[in-house]
Amino acid sequence: MSTLIAPPQPRKPWVATPKQRLSSVGIYLASALVSYLLVAVTPMKGKLAYFAIFFFASLIIDFVRSYMQRGIASAKDAVARGFVSVGMTLAVFPIFSILFQVVKRGYKGLSFGLFTHDMSLTSPSDPIANGGLIHAISGTFILVAIALIVAMPIGILTAIYLTEIRGKFAKPIKFLVQAMSGVPSIVAGLFILSAYVYPVTGALSGFAGSLALMILMIPTIARTSEEVLLLIPPDLREAGVALGGTQWRTVALVVVPAAKSGLVTALILGIARVAGETAPLVLLTGGGEKVNSNPFSGPMGSLPMYIWKCFGQGSEQSIARAWTGILVLLVIVLALFTMARFLSERKVSK
Amino acid sequence: MDKTTTKPSSLSDVAAAKQKKVPGGQSLGVGLEARGVHAWFSGKHVLDNISLDFWSGTVTALIGPSGCGKSTFIRTLNRMHEFIPGAQMAGEVLLDGKDIYESGTDVTKIRLKIGMVFQKPNPFPSMTIAENVLSGLKLAELKTSNKDELLEDCLERAGLWSEVKDRLNAHGGSLSGGQQQRLCIARSLAVKPQVLLMDEPCSALDPGSTLKIEETINHLSSSMTIIIVTHNMQQAARVSDYTAFFLSDGGPGSMIEVGPTSEIFSRPRDTRTENYVTGRFG
Repeated sequence: MSTLIAPPQPRKPWVATPKQRLSSVGIYLASALVSYLLVAVTPMKGKLAYFAIFFFASLIIDFVRSYMQRGIASAKDAVARGFVSVGMTLAVFPIFSILFQVVKRGYKGLSFGLFTHDMSLTSPSDPIANGGLIHAISGTFILVAIALIVAMPIGILTAIYLTEIRGKFAKPIKFLVQAMSGVPSIVAGLFILSAYVYPVTGALSGFAGSLALMILMIPTIARTSEEVLLLIPPDLREAGVALGGTQWRTVALVVVPAAKSGLVTALILGIARVAGETAPLVLLTGGGEKVNSNPFSGPMGSLPMYIWKCFGQGSEQSIARAWTGILVLLVIVLALFTMARFLSERKVSK
Repeated sequence: MDKTTTKPSSLSDVAAAKQKKVPGGQSLGVGLEARGVHAWFSGKHVLDNISLDFWSGTVTALIGPSGCGKSTFIRTLNRMHEFIPGAQMAGEVLLDGKDIYESGTDVTKIRLKIGMVFQKPNPFPSMTIAENVLSGLKLAELKTSNKDELLEDCLERAGLWSEVKDRLNAHGGSLSGGQQQRLCIARSLAVKPQVLLMDEPCSALDPGSTLKIEETINHLSSSMTIIIVTHNMQQAARVSDYTAFFLSDGGPGSMIEVGPTSEIFSRPRDTRTENYVTGRFG
């Protein structure tokens, strides 16, 4: 007898059978048909009508099918699934359509010259191959780097105060940090204009722009770092203290190293938050056309400012330049976010 | 009713047993003494008047049902109690005759002398095995002449050396749960504590790892004072010289009885202790 028993075949009994799959396709076909007919015979017109009718038709048909097959609970499940899929589509659609537009309009301007030339000798109506945005890229890097150097220690130390020291002022400071992350960037720009540029220097400069970016960056870094530090198990802090460490040594040698990759993510999110800021830079940096490596004197260009300027100039070539600028800025920000994801995922897998 | 009549067994009983146990009557003296320790959390009285002496070179097990204050008590012994917001305490804890709660005491020095192993293994995730063992030196800013020797010695005493000697630079998280716990023990030993507190050190481990840790405790007990909280009565019987039974009748936890482990398990004086150790409740 035993020879007749075949070895078990690995399979996935939980996956939909072809028949079930066919009925799912049938639902969509039927819904498409309904939406086509309704648009044809009723006054509802346009793509939106197709979409809306298709959505409700497929929802109703799916509901009925699930109800007949497996009862009311399953039918409700089907409806919830329908709404969730549509919500996801509605959220993702604008992102992809923006990306698509930017790439479509911006790729023409891409050339190696972008990274070797500035705009000092180029007028708005010159062909798109003339000039470049090295001044804007270098400016953005300088502005963001200065902002980061100051905002990093302040942001992380604030987070340490909130999670480790938890002093008397932790609650009001937490509230303030949250409120600060909602400060419109133009307000930060105006504040620096009235508190630093007018009374102190009297001239626009890259440094003034960095100060405004700093104001915007600190709450982002502080809040993200706080979340990261809260994830560190309290056991580790107790273990550090139980070994005879002071609180500072425990935080510096145990808590912060354990949270290192998360803190790096916080910094990158802070950078990404300010890299595309336009309003304060328009107010404060002067937006030069030449590479300027001195943040304390002379106007300094930046990518958002370059984009804003090119759109303002209105000629066909300068608008094409603006789109290319957007593309470059998007790629930089996207690269930073990817890096942040990569670093934080490595943390999880450990 | 018998709460008033059965006084926790006195120090003399404990001492007598200890004299019997140690050949030649060699006594290392009282290492750690708790004198009338009470504890509160946010005004709630959770621990009532515990007086207990821990003799050097012995293992004392604290047993009792959940919520009876064992862990709270052990945490008052090295001032970890004060980390919980709303915590208060009364009484004295004497280490070598000096109250560790005396104002002006450097609490980090106290914790160096009274080490602690926690319920869940918690090696530092950012450090390697070797760095974990030596982390106490860094945290407390201590110097040592020979790090490698100390490293081997601590891992050896924690019963882990043979298993990790070829991968000292691997991360602590790569060890199994039982190995991680022994790594935490080795970490505590590196700062050379007089007393080692263990708060249910085996409750998250499998029987094999538990056995290894118990062997480690047996090895260590000759050179230091060990106080272990455990829910496992066999473990208490296996590893400890003295056992203290804690109980809470809804109010604050108190110590019902303390004595040599063999007596607590063979002929306890209090019926509640007897019921507990024979498994009739708890």
